[in-house]
Amino acid sequence: MTDLLYSDVEEELRASVRSLLADRAGFEAVLARIESPEPVDLKLWRALAVDLGVAGLPVPEAGGGAGASWRETSVVLEELGRAVAPVPFLGNSVLAVAALLGTSDPLLDAVAAGTRVATLAVPLSAGTLKTWTVTAEGDRLDGTVTSVVDAGVAEVLLVPTAAGLYAVEATDTERTPVVSFDLTRPLTDVTLRGVTGRLISADAAGTVERALRAGAALLASEQLGVAEWCLTTTVEYVKTRRQFARQVGSYQAIKHRLADLWVSVTEARAVARYAADCLATGDPDLPVAAALAQAFCSPVAVKAAEECVQLHGGIGFTWEHPAHLYLKRARSNAATFGSAASHRATLAGLVDLPA
Amino acid sequence: MTSAGLTRDFLAAHDPHALAPLDFLRARFDAGLAWVQYPEGLGGLGLPREEQSAVDEAFTAAGAPDNNPRRIGIGLGMAAPTILRHGTDEQRHRWLRPLWTGEEVWCQLFSEPGAGSDLAGLATRAIRDDDGTGWVVDGQKVWTSMAHEARWAILIARTDPSVPKHQGITYFVLDMTAPGVEVRPLRQATGEAEFNEVFLTGVRIPDTDRLGAVGEGWAVAQTTLMNERVAIGGGASPREGGVIGVVTDVWRKRPELRTPALHDALLRLWVEAEAARLTGTRLRQQMAVGQPGPEGSAAKLLFARLNQEISALELDLLGEEGLRHDEWTMRRPTVVDFAGRTAGYRYLRAKGNSIEGGTSEILRNIVAERVLGLPPEHRLDKDLAWKDLPK
Ligand SMILES: Cc1cc2nc3c(=O)[nH]c(=O)nc-3n(C[C@H](O)[C@H](O)[C@H](O)COP(=O)(O)OP(=O)(O)OC[C@H]3O[C@@H](n4cnc5c(N)ncnc54)[C@H](O)[C@@H]3O)c2cc1C
Repeated sequence: MTDLLYSDVEEELRASVRSLLADRAGFEAVLARIESPEPVDLKLWRALAVDLGVAGLPVPEAGGGAGASWRETSVVLEELGRAVAPVPFLGNSVLAVAALLGTSDPLLDAVAAGTRVATLAVPLSAGTLKTWTVTAEGDRLDGTVTSVVDAGVAEVLLVPTAAGLYAVEATDTERTPVVSFDLTRPLTDVTLRGVTGRLISADAAGTVERALRAGAALLASEQLGVAEWCLTTTVEYVKTRRQFARQVGSYQAIKHRLADLWVSVTEARAVARYAADCLATGDPDLPVAAALAQAFCSPVAVKAAEECVQLHGGIGFTWEHPAHLYLKRARSNAATFGSAASHRATLAGLVDLPA
Repeated sequence: MTSAGLTRDFLAAHDPHALAPLDFLRARFDAGLAWVQYPEGLGGLGLPREEQSAVDEAFTAAGAPDNNPRRIGIGLGMAAPTILRHGTDEQRHRWLRPLWTGEEVWCQLFSEPGAGSDLAGLATRAIRDDDGTGWVVDGQKVWTSMAHEARWAILIARTDPSVPKHQGITYFVLDMTAPGVEVRPLRQATGEAEFNEVFLTGVRIPDTDRLGAVGEGWAVAQTTLMNERVAIGGGASPREGGVIGVVTDVWRKRPELRTPALHDALLRLWVEAEAARLTGTRLRQQMAVGQPGPEGSAAKLLFARLNQEISALELDLLGEEGLRHDEWTMRRPTVVDFAGRTAGYRYLRAKGNSIEGGTSEILRNIVAERVLGLPPEHRLDKDLAWKDLPK
């Protein structure tokens, strides 16, 4: 039976990630960093990847990883979502690891150990991809990929082409930072002009599909983390903020909205756990679980962030308050790996509910 | 031995087709395979609750008779856990077996005309009888589902009007065949009468049928109410197992009804129904041992909203057919049926889902206060003696 709970080991992992993030990625630190020349925190990344060893959780120990599973990865994502921490985990530890796991490429060792940051060169908005904007002639690659996550700090880019998936040195490419809607997850446009690539897999389509599906399944856990932070923070705030000589959280209109949000977050947890477990165990229901995860958890995270802003009043609309970072993350996530609507359309095919 | 092994052995020794259904069900109860999480001797084996579904599946696969849970839902979902938790050994042995086998149907005499959401404000009085061996009950209950079928009722009544309302309540088991119990049908929006009014006039209850201490009835009732919410909303089901399955079935069979707008509406509800189902599964995994907490309210809230939205979509989908109905005959059904009959029936019956077992507004209060720790509602009735409350 699918296990939708958290194991003791998972809870221990959560606790160590949470305490690291509390130390190193407090809101002031994140806010100060996002407008600096180094929006991504590579020191924090090294602490996560090397000290805590979470860069390649599902990779067997022999392959440089932690010998755990995607379930543990999802717990790390919950915590990263809670902190909107600017680290290259999504690109490296989700997309690149998922793309490389099926291959026996030696690059996996370094990526899983966190010693070389890699990412998959696809637009972050892609839910599925069948055609490529980069072409390969022999081992020379040309073309442009827009809105690539974590490409700004990556050392290796995994580039899909009609001839297969190639690894290229990031410094050989032209990387233009994008002004990203989500400041804690900077995107980069990547242009390749005759860059030399090393073929990793002849099946780019299959590899990218696997990676994007893992992304969709696991992003739900990050969305859960975002939503939980927004709910908890808002509940605490309305307990202390007083207007008309009583706590604003004592008004029933507010209580009921937060109760409804709690119900949605409770559901999102079950849905995200299901997706992570299906991915970890190779369950044949994974395509449904991943599409369901995005169709459900995307809007919940957005709703939670919107309620967080509204129920904080004016302070929630300021740059100095963290709420806007969560709103931007939630909104961007809703367009990451396909929209909720596109995942509903995918489900229609999967569960035989044709238009 | 495991519950799976015991089930196999039991089925080998008891041919479900040879034995009379009642004898088979009694034997199953005595073997501890009725509800495995209950203690030995009371139909269970003291095992984790989640093992029950595999046991049930094995019995179904063997063609065994079941206890018709839709007929005895109040007994199974509400009376039984309350008796188990608060009853004496003698009470448990007397009531649980015929409750589970379906020999005796139970109903719930909680709500009153003046006490619905504010259940603790109830006015039905129970007064010690002269010789001190029992109680005499007078009052009126309302919306009592299945009272017309019931042999027993769980009842809360006021035993002390001079203390604040939550403190003066006592919990009883009432024999529905006792003199002075009168059951009158109440016709519902669906046309039939699943529920009733129950008038209690000088009804005698022996003190041995009291559940929990005198004045502790509100605490005992919490067990019933928490379990009720899970019983209504938290049932195990396969994907597309609830009303969503009815609509998807229509969708697949009737392509001529499809429109793009309805397609997206259907997919949204499919997603929500599946999320609610997984939430129920996770809730059951969490409470594999122990009692449900206020989280059960989430399942009940979701169940009500989804049933209403899905049944409304079905009517949208059906177009002209939704203008017509099968019949409005006044009947007194013998089972509580959320999914049966027509789309129109489902739509109407679902309206009850957000009222019965605690309204959705009250459940949101419960979630806000007990789960999120938000301040309680301002209230004027907490410290006043019940008799002094404005009525
Ligand atoms: C189909 C059906 C079957 C039932 N079966 C049984 C049964 O077997 N046994 C039994 O005992 N009862 C049964 N009930 C009764 C049910 O529990 C009550 O109807 C319910 O608790 C609401 O009480 P009420 O009808 O008095 O409404 P009221 O409490 O008068 O509520 C009226 C409206 O006010 C709202 N409201 C009340 N208080 C608040 C508040 N503090 N904050 C915000 N809103 C509030 C309610 O949500 C509702 O919308 C059944 C009801 C139905 C519909």
